[in-house]
Amino acid sequence: MNPIKILVAAKRVVDYSVRVRLKPDHSGVVTDGVKMSVNPFDEIALEEALRIRERGEVSEVVVATVGPHEAESQIRSLLAMGADRAIHIEASREIGPLEVAHVLHHLVREIEPGLVILGKQAIDDDCGQTGPMLAALWGRPQATFVSKLTLAGGRAQAVREVDHGLETVEIDLPAVITTDLRLNTPRFIKMPDIMKARQKPLEKRPFDGFGFTLPRLEVESYLPPPEREAGLRVESVSELVTRLHDRGVL
Amino acid sequence: MADTDSLRYDVLIIGAGPAGLACALTLKREKPELSVAVLEKAASLGAHSLSGAVIEPRFVDQLLPGWRDDPLDIQVPVTRDRFAYLGYEHSYRLPTPPQMHNAGNWIVSLGALVRRLGAAAEALGVEIFPGFSAVQPLWDGAGALAGVRVGDLGRTRDGAEGPNFSPGVEVRAGVTVLAEGCRGSLSKILIRHFGLDQGRSPQTYALGLKELWQLPPGRTVPGTVLHTVGWPLPSDLYGGGFVYHLDRDRLAVGFVVGLDYGDPDFSPFEVFQQFKHHPSLVGLFEGGEILSAGARSLIEGGYPALPTLEMPGGLLVGDAAGTLNVPKIKGVHMALGSGIQAAEHLARTGSPQGFDQCFRQSDMGRELWRVRNIRPGFRTGLWAGLANAAFETVTGGRAPWTLSNAHDWKSLRPRGAVKGKAPRCRPRTLPPPDRLAFVDQAALHHEENQPVHLRIADTTLCVSECRARFGNPCTRFCPAGVYEIVTDGSGPRLQVNAANCVHCKACDIKDPFEQITWVPPDGGSGPNYANL
Repeated sequence: MNPIKILVAAKRVVDYSVRVRLKPDHSGVVTDGVKMSVNPFDEIALEEALRIRERGEVSEVVVATVGPHEAESQIRSLLAMGADRAIHIEASREIGPLEVAHVLHHLVREIEPGLVILGKQAIDDDCGQTGPMLAALWGRPQATFVSKLTLAGGRAQAVREVDHGLETVEIDLPAVITTDLRLNTPRFIKMPDIMKARQKPLEKRPFDGFGFTLPRLEVESYLPPPEREAGLRVESVSELVTRLHDRGVL
Repeated sequence: MADTDSLRYDVLIIGAGPAGLACALTLKREKPELSVAVLEKAASLGAHSLSGAVIEPRFVDQLLPGWRDDPLDIQVPVTRDRFAYLGYEHSYRLPTPPQMHNAGNWIVSLGALVRRLGAAAEALGVEIFPGFSAVQPLWDGAGALAGVRVGDLGRTRDGAEGPNFSPGVEVRAGVTVLAEGCRGSLSKILIRHFGLDQGRSPQTYALGLKELWQLPPGRTVPGTVLHTVGWPLPSDLYGGGFVYHLDRDRLAVGFVVGLDYGDPDFSPFEVFQQFKHHPSLVGLFEGGEILSAGARSLIEGGYPALPTLEMPGGLLVGDAAGTLNVPKIKGVHMALGSGIQAAEHLARTGSPQGFDQCFRQSDMGRELWRVRNIRPGFRTGLWAGLANAAFETVTGGRAPWTLSNAHDWKSLRPRGAVKGKAPRCRPRTLPPPDRLAFVDQAALHHEENQPVHLRIADTTLCVSECRARFGNPCTRFCPAGVYEIVTDGSGPRLQVNAANCVHCKACDIKDPFEQITWVPPDGGSGPNYANL
């Protein structure tokens, strides 16, 4: 098989260890001073691309992100992890999955990758739409929620985590893969690689330059989940049964 | 250089706090040709930074011209100073001590300030490495400090190399600047190795806890600064509370308590929570929400305990050295100032030699000298301490004596030996209900399967002598609930919940057998404070 290029898409999100809080006016979550990170599923996507490259099946791993100016620090950490080059589409507002899919489609036509790997979802909005939308726009096969990936003879065999267990699919390349948690464990970044990453090409383009006029979701308000009501302590099994009866559960 | 396991810089700075970044920034301004790197154990800049923080702005003006016009996430000018003595029921306004006047000062988030300093330093070419901790000194042939070894990543609980193991590199440098902050683990090793504290008073510390609150609209008076003494502390204990009113209905509240206390049953966490329930304060918090919370230790020994600030190949700056001004209850300006001064000294002479004298003869050194007797005066209790502080302030520190501190780990008395009535407690209604809920607000990240970073020399001591004499004070002085005595089949044993650790170092300081050693966990572990 001729070596292919892999495009990895990544998003800057509020770090998973942070307890997210709503802004007092409910217009979004508080990000002041909050730790931001690469979406963990996207790190898994890059790790997978790097492992494929280490097996010699890949000529180049390109990582792309659509996000604010500050996302540069996340992109740099992906370069330090091992991506060959990066494209940062700078946007000054929140960009939805459909818009990101269109951006990626544009990059796909330019880069002509054999594989696009993305996280199955971003841990901030949990949409899980960008990968499938890209596959549809591109008109290529997709395997989502992938926990094992094997490439051979221009095809990809992917094990998918589905509700009833594991499902194995075979698809033709080029294709879109979205990653599940168990696909791999991303490597630690090494200090010398952080320095090397400063020399790697990072191309910036304005999102507005694409001139998309796409339908967008407008968020009216964010609300916290309702607070759980206090529990009730019962003295005996018979009291438990009575209480359950009273509530119409039994 | 990147192909080997060793990196090399002209100056290596350990710790991206105010002292380290002020030093890095100034070095690059004075001598752009120097290569300067900063190692930081937190996952991102400012994530381990916690302070009140009411700061004197003079050094910020020097380091970040124009910062006032481009506000940090938290940046409010002080408009009103209040100092109060709290009884159980009432609050009595006291005259604000002269050192605690805050006209012209600013309330900021130290984390936000650190991020801004870091960005300015990076723009000048300083290489900052968050997520990497320095674990070991490196020596040159002549026995001078020659850099540090960075901690390994990906070891498993038993110390074996895990599947993602990544060995720590050696970072070598002409000069290594220790800017680790209070009770820095590497600074501790180096102070001992070079005997930098020989002939000085023992060092003394405090523990500070802080919460950042979002309150219902209209309750705050932005710029108001309140400091309190008295309830809920017994009068023989040094410490007090603070309440800083910020903008956008935000409020910072905290409590600082001297770690020289004697009663092993004392709980700094409980005292902080009680403080919020004082009748004059509780109404502020009701219905509000905690945005972030954490704890740190403070270095309070001042001039009598200040170690020699230079060693062959290295320097100590900021809280790693112990430059905090206790009567002002401020350390940030001293940290920034000592970092700047270290950089100027290195740029001028190229060597650590002479820095100690240079610092002591500077305005900052004289500032510390004048107030040297104030903190030790509180060893005899609040009122004697205040009287002594008044005397020292009036005489400007010209008394012919220098008072000494004692070791905090020696100050615990056997359980029941501390007489005197404990202050009354109030029923608690405000969050957090317990220490687990408290550390939940610190956004901790800690890979559970790494080696335990709280090294205890002999855990049998915990369930024998320590239990009998002190009733395991570690289960109370730790603000994060790291230490627990659990009883299972084989009887009581110490359980260390290392993943709860907020890196405050109280255990390393206060353990009465001096047998807990705090070492850095995997780089990037620990709290992720948001604007503390």
